[in-house]
Amino acid sequence: MKSSAISWTWFHKLGSPKWFYAISGRMLPWLSIAAILLIAVGVVWGLAFAPQDYQQGNSFRIIYIHVPAAMLAQSCYVMLAVAGVVGLVWKMKIADVALQCAAPIGAWMTVVALSTGAIWGKPTWGSWWVWDARLTSMLILLFLYFGLIALGQAISNRESAAKACAVLAIVGVINIPIIKYSVEWWNTLHQGATFTLTEKPAMPAEMWLPLLLTVLGFYCFFGAVLLLRMRLEVLRREARASWVKDEVLGHLGRETAR
Amino acid sequence: MSFASFNDFLAMGHHGLYVWSAYGICLLVLAINVAAPVLSKRRYLQEEARRLRREKSK
Repeated sequence: MKSSAISWTWFHKLGSPKWFYAISGRMLPWLSIAAILLIAVGVVWGLAFAPQDYQQGNSFRIIYIHVPAAMLAQSCYVMLAVAGVVGLVWKMKIADVALQCAAPIGAWMTVVALSTGAIWGKPTWGSWWVWDARLTSMLILLFLYFGLIALGQAISNRESAAKACAVLAIVGVINIPIIKYSVEWWNTLHQGATFTLTEKPAMPAEMWLPLLLTVLGFYCFFGAVLLLRMRLEVLRREARASWVKDEVLGHLGRETAR
Repeated sequence: MSFASFNDFLAMGHHGLYVWSAYGICLLVLAINVAAPVLSKRRYLQEEARRLRREKSK
């Protein structure tokens, strides 16, 4: 029994704001550097060096931002649902911080996926927008994000807001498999997945390798900006704790010394 | 390099406007997402500094 108790301490530590603040501070520079390098190399490679598509010409180069944004928008929502479960079941305070801070980033990524998709659709399909299963389900994802943000701000009691948002995040996750399989279940203009776990991509390597880099880069970017938001939110919520007072005073000391 | 010249690179084979506007929007959104938490942290620290000064003067 004792060994199992020890192996779970890391999980409960995760819920401690002070521990989170310390560990996230150490991760932040590495995530930022990885995000900048991966996105820069992937975008330059994709824009200037990857061969053009034999059907779509150069407009296909939008893929290097469209696919990462769309994947991130969906992964972020799944993360919100997981945070919702963790918050409801283990009453972990940091889970609500993660949920509230990730929702706006996910909404922004959905906006990028939808707008770059519209711009890509114009030369490829001849239309900015079609009421197609994939596009419509992504639009619903955007509204789910808006709903979560509004709900989190509308309820002034922090605990009730956390519970309501967790439930909405968990219910809304049903939309994610609908987005994922929409291109298989319905007749659609949207092309199928570029990356699958089981098969090799249909594109040549010099086309999908830069895409892999930008996808990884976008995930690192998400991690970095999420930690930035969460660290500030932790400082706000724990303002009475003595370690937070020290941290804020430390920052202020640095500001005045400049 | 898949383009013969820099002008070819900018033109993107008649798709320049589409490609560059998509990348522009993406860059703008990424910049907003970095700036938002950085600016709100600065604002928060300024508020805290003001609060501490007020408490000291009491």
